[in-house]
Amino acid sequence: MKRLSTVAPSVVVSLAILLFIGIAAVAPNLLAPGNPLAIHPTASFLPPSLGHPFGTDESGRDVYTRIIHGAGASVLIGITATAIGLGLAIVFGLLAGLGPRWLDFGTTRLLEVLFAFPGLLFALLFIVIYGPGVLTSTIAVGLATAPGYSRIIRSRVLVVKRAPYIEASLVLGRSRFFRVTRHLVPNVAGSLFVLATLGIGQSIVWASSLSYLGLGAVPPAAEWGAMLSGGRTYISSFWWLTFFPGLFIVLTAAATTLLGRGLHERVRS
Amino acid sequence: MTALLSVRNLSVTFGAVAAVHDVSFDIPAGACVAIVGESGSGKSVTARTILGLAGRDATVSGSINLDGPDLDGPDLDGTEVTDASPRRLRALRGRDIGFVSQGALVALDPLRTVGREIADSLRIHTNLSPRQRQQRVIELLESVGMPEPTLRAGQRPDELSGGLRQRAVIASAIALNPRLLIADEPTTALDSTITAGILDLLAGLRERGTAILLISHDLAVVSRLASHVVVMRDGVVVESGSTQQVLREPQHPYTRDLIAAVPGGHAHVGSPAGDPVVTAVGVTKRFGSRVAVDDVSYVLPRGRTLGVVGESGSGKTTLARLTLALERPDAGAIELFGQPWTASPERDRTARRPRIGAIYQDALSSFDPRLTVRQILSDALGSGATVGGRATEAELVTLVERVGLKATVLARHPRVLSGGQQQRVAIARAIAPRPDIIVCDEPVSNLDVSVQAQVLTLLDGLQREFGLSYLFITHDLGVVRQVSDELLVMKDGVVVERGATEAVFAAPQHPYTRALLAAVPDLWA
Repeated sequence: MKRLSTVAPSVVVSLAILLFIGIAAVAPNLLAPGNPLAIHPTASFLPPSLGHPFGTDESGRDVYTRIIHGAGASVLIGITATAIGLGLAIVFGLLAGLGPRWLDFGTTRLLEVLFAFPGLLFALLFIVIYGPGVLTSTIAVGLATAPGYSRIIRSRVLVVKRAPYIEASLVLGRSRFFRVTRHLVPNVAGSLFVLATLGIGQSIVWASSLSYLGLGAVPPAAEWGAMLSGGRTYISSFWWLTFFPGLFIVLTAAATTLLGRGLHERVRS
Repeated sequence: MTALLSVRNLSVTFGAVAAVHDVSFDIPAGACVAIVGESGSGKSVTARTILGLAGRDATVSGSINLDGPDLDGPDLDGTEVTDASPRRLRALRGRDIGFVSQGALVALDPLRTVGREIADSLRIHTNLSPRQRQQRVIELLESVGMPEPTLRAGQRPDELSGGLRQRAVIASAIALNPRLLIADEPTTALDSTITAGILDLLAGLRERGTAILLISHDLAVVSRLASHVVVMRDGVVVESGSTQQVLREPQHPYTRDLIAAVPGGHAHVGSPAGDPVVTAVGVTKRFGSRVAVDDVSYVLPRGRTLGVVGESGSGKTTLARLTLALERPDAGAIELFGQPWTASPERDRTARRPRIGAIYQDALSSFDPRLTVRQILSDALGSGATVGGRATEAELVTLVERVGLKATVLARHPRVLSGGQQQRVAIARAIAPRPDIIVCDEPVSNLDVSVQAQVLTLLDGLQREFGLSYLFITHDLGVVRQVSDELLVMKDGVVVERGATEAVFAAPQHPYTRALLAAVPDLWA
């Protein structure tokens, strides 16, 4: 009981939301047994009610069922994009932080050029070249977030590299490989985990933005951004078509961010 | 004459923890009373409580009475600090009670000039015009022995050395001629020649009638300044009396232990010298245009301790790093067992590194913060080829018990251990690979005096058991006298004197060595 009381309420709420979204992503049928693509032309544009808690869309599809079934796609895009971004960032960050000076110089200049582009613009540029679609938009978001992460990882590597305990390990006669794998990477990774949780929310928002622009997943796919895009035409008459997908994007992003913050505080203390 | 400060039955508790219990003492005007004790003895809490700074969580009982002869300035009228309003306390602090805090090196605002910092209390408590204040600041800096006061008043703290910063802090504390000055470890972290200057400055203030409450763990400093000593342990006064009486004829066993633990009381008896294990020839290291180590040569024989003494910036730590081959010398070379050491590439050195270990001043930061004591020592015992090592539990227990720790520390993180325990873990890590040499860089400087004595005894025992050679870096002449067979005295990167330790202490040749020795507040004189 004592341990529970030391956890901030925001973290508890975030965990509850993420648990719900996690179940929706892994086993959507537990929460919404219907078919997200089933059409009922007679039941179109029904407002939220007991039968349809989030209402129905222009083809009579249940919005709640679509959101639950869309969680998998949306969360997967968010996680994959973050993983791509962080993966690249780890490579660049370690190269810059541990490599010879010319490599650090080259990598850092390249990252600065990329950093000068607004992230979303960079993602759009990538899609212009490789064409729209779920995969390209995911990769685009991953690429767009990589420079920011790389910079953070590089600076962490530079700090940890000079830590007295790394030097103490050298004095004990430990190989470079041992020092990097035993001491440097785990100490850098501690902050990475926090970065990742902070990043997933952002990636979901970005991927949804691309879908909304019609450059990622496209209707009738039950992806949140695509659902927003589909409901755009009816935004003035049937608010629930855009409100609920938007709400879930915000909830997921907020929950992961709050959780990331909570973890960050914990790591720092 | 009535006492200026009279403390009666003072107790301070934080929740259920009694930090100070039933402490009483008096300080007459123009006298210095010292509270002596180790970390956690309650001496700093006592000082802060007298300033009304015990904090909100503290429950204070007893009486702290300020009175005394009416000099110029407002009458203290037997002010009772424990009952005083926050407003009254603010008026007391600065004007009637000056405070020189422990962290003198960080007590000044880095963004403001020293002059403005000192002028602050004048601005708050007096009606002087800005021009008069400026004048007074210069006078104050002059009175604390600051060279070129006009220039210094316009400088920021980072442009001043540690000793000058401490003088500036004292100047701001005495700006309003307080009748009581509370000095909490005023010379800790200062070099011995600078310490001597600060002690003379405080003695001068005392002569002019300022009462001083000195808080210190250093009996030698206390013996120089205080007329009365209060020895505290675990929040309780175990002994008090005149300095002469307490230091010469201590009654309480704890006081006797404290005095016995002061390093330098007895000389080192070393083993006979063996073959050279480290040989340094003409080693020079430059950082930019600054020469940190200039043409230093030494020989370290097996089973012996070579002490390296010097003040901050003398190049002694750079010499330690060169010996560990963490820096490459710009000229000269160091050999290990007659083989090239600094001259060979790192990949040739790595296999030989386990033969030369190191312990540092700040033991805690030399441990990976994620690892427990078990993991740290297990790594050190392992070959280093694999992550995690393969030390057996029995080996680990033998190792921690050899350095005087219980096996229960293995499961803990170093950060939850005490300073002495952390240094013991560091020593255990250093001896784990069975080295021949250990480079000790100020290994006991952060420790309380009795813990210091225990760690030095441990190092001595290990030297005899394993035939270790130590390169022992320290600024503390008492420590070096106790541990080392031979001595290098460094100043500005150059070895100004060398020889057998006792010979150097008995008949120092170089003026700098003489100045160093004269500056040591000697308890044994």
